[in-house]
Amino acid sequence: MNPLRRTVLGALALLLAKPFAALAAWNEKAFGAKSAADALKNLGTGSTEASSGLVIEAPQIAENGAVVPIEITSNIPGTTSIAVLIEKNPFPLAAKFDFKDGALPFLKLNVKMGETSDVRVVATAGGKHYAATKEIKVTIGGCGG
Amino acid sequence: MRLLRTLLCVAAFLASASHAQDARKEIQRYQQMIADGSPVELFELGGEELWKKPQGPKQVSLEKCDLGKGPGVIKGAYAALPRYFKDADRVMDLEARLVHCMETLQGRSRAEATKAVFGNQDTPSEMEYLSAYVAGHSRGAKMAPGLSHPKEKEAFELGRALFFHRAGAWDFSCASCHGEEGKRIRMQDLPVLSKPEFARPVVATWPAYRVSNSQFKTMQWRINDCYRQMRMPEPKFVSDATIALNLYLAGTGKGETYRGPGTKR
Amino acid sequence: MAAGPMKIRTTLAGGFTDVRVLMTHPMTTAQSNQPLHFITNVTVKVNGKPVIDAEISQAISRNPVFSFRLKGGQKGDKVEVSWLDNKGETNRIESAVV
Repeated sequence: MNPLRRTVLGALALLLAKPFAALAAWNEKAFGAKSAADALKNLGTGSTEASSGLVIEAPQIAENGAVVPIEITSNIPGTTSIAVLIEKNPFPLAAKFDFKDGALPFLKLNVKMGETSDVRVVATAGGKHYAATKEIKVTIGGCGG
Repeated sequence: MRLLRTLLCVAAFLASASHAQDARKEIQRYQQMIADGSPVELFELGGEELWKKPQGPKQVSLEKCDLGKGPGVIKGAYAALPRYFKDADRVMDLEARLVHCMETLQGRSRAEATKAVFGNQDTPSEMEYLSAYVAGHSRGAKMAPGLSHPKEKEAFELGRALFFHRAGAWDFSCASCHGEEGKRIRMQDLPVLSKPEFARPVVATWPAYRVSNSQFKTMQWRINDCYRQMRMPEPKFVSDATIALNLYLAGTGKGETYRGPGTKR
Repeated sequence: MAAGPMKIRTTLAGGFTDVRVLMTHPMTTAQSNQPLHFITNVTVKVNGKPVIDAEISQAISRNPVFSFRLKGGQKGDKVEVSWLDNKGETNRIESAVV
């Protein structure tokens, strides 16, 4: 194969290789923020109001901070997104889920917690932002074995 | 003054007792939530692949491996282990039997088959995948290891003796940690494994996925690691001693319905 | 290096479809000595239409497990979950609702 052809094919291959990558956005600023407040600002959700319609189901004690199960249900009508923040983590923003027509604002996920901390969930509905918080204690189980 | 002090002591005791109870309840909730959708299923999938994969000089899969219920019968096999096998004239647990099949069916050398029996979080071992797969097929079966053959009885008694035998740098035995009710290490309860009521839920949930290091742990690993924690020499993989202990535990926990590979902290 | 296996369960529950998906991924953090390697995006599609778009981070546990709920749904609906990580690797899995 002549060199020019190889270069053109190589370039084409690169262009076609990662279509998903070309389309996927990732909020580097928000995920890189070192405080929950900064993360929320970078998400464009500066001010939130507490809401009992946003429900966090999680154990009060996690035997291991590497895997902490959290279940979130938003009963706030018109919820279009849910963000999960772990206040004391080095980078508090853990995830942000956008729900389109066809999905319910419900989520169960496992997060890493470096230490006992508040978990803050922020839901966006109808242009407004709501928050709920739950403290989860992190222990170290067993003798490391 | 004395009465007040007594009342305060009682109050504190009650508060701490109820606090401990609350803590235990919340930890149970944690355990339930992590078990829901645990990566155990991925290990069972990986095990299925390995079970069906032709390997070794004979390029044969493990699909004709006899785990005690006939060649290739996986359903319920784990719940009936450890037990005596005539073809090897030996009591064997799951991992010993898997090695046996790797040697006899696949023609692999013992050295090669047991080169890396305990994996790490990036590379689980064959034993770990296969254990998950086989154990998963005993979900719902009652734990019924072999306890009637003379060699099985012998192994059970050896297991019991080893459980209580103190040795090593710290003069520990299994019973040092697992011999008294109400003991725990940090927030981890230490079940008294020599008593059926405490052994049953334990044997019904091993082998298990450990979320703390994202690894699937087998019974051979569990026993090996207990010996490490007791500062005793490392036992040989699938040695008579480890199988005897495994049979002692499984026998003490017999009758319990096997819940499938567990998910633990 | 091929991405590790995924597993998915899609079942009809009371008025919604329950989706449970398991992913194999190290999700290494900046704190370990290894290079950062974690899933950044997850997408859920129903019959080809995206219904959930997520940005996630290294704060999600190794071998992520997620549960989602889809509005309504019926037997045979095709649910697809795909992910993309910070190295450009991807994986996906599809399932028909039962």
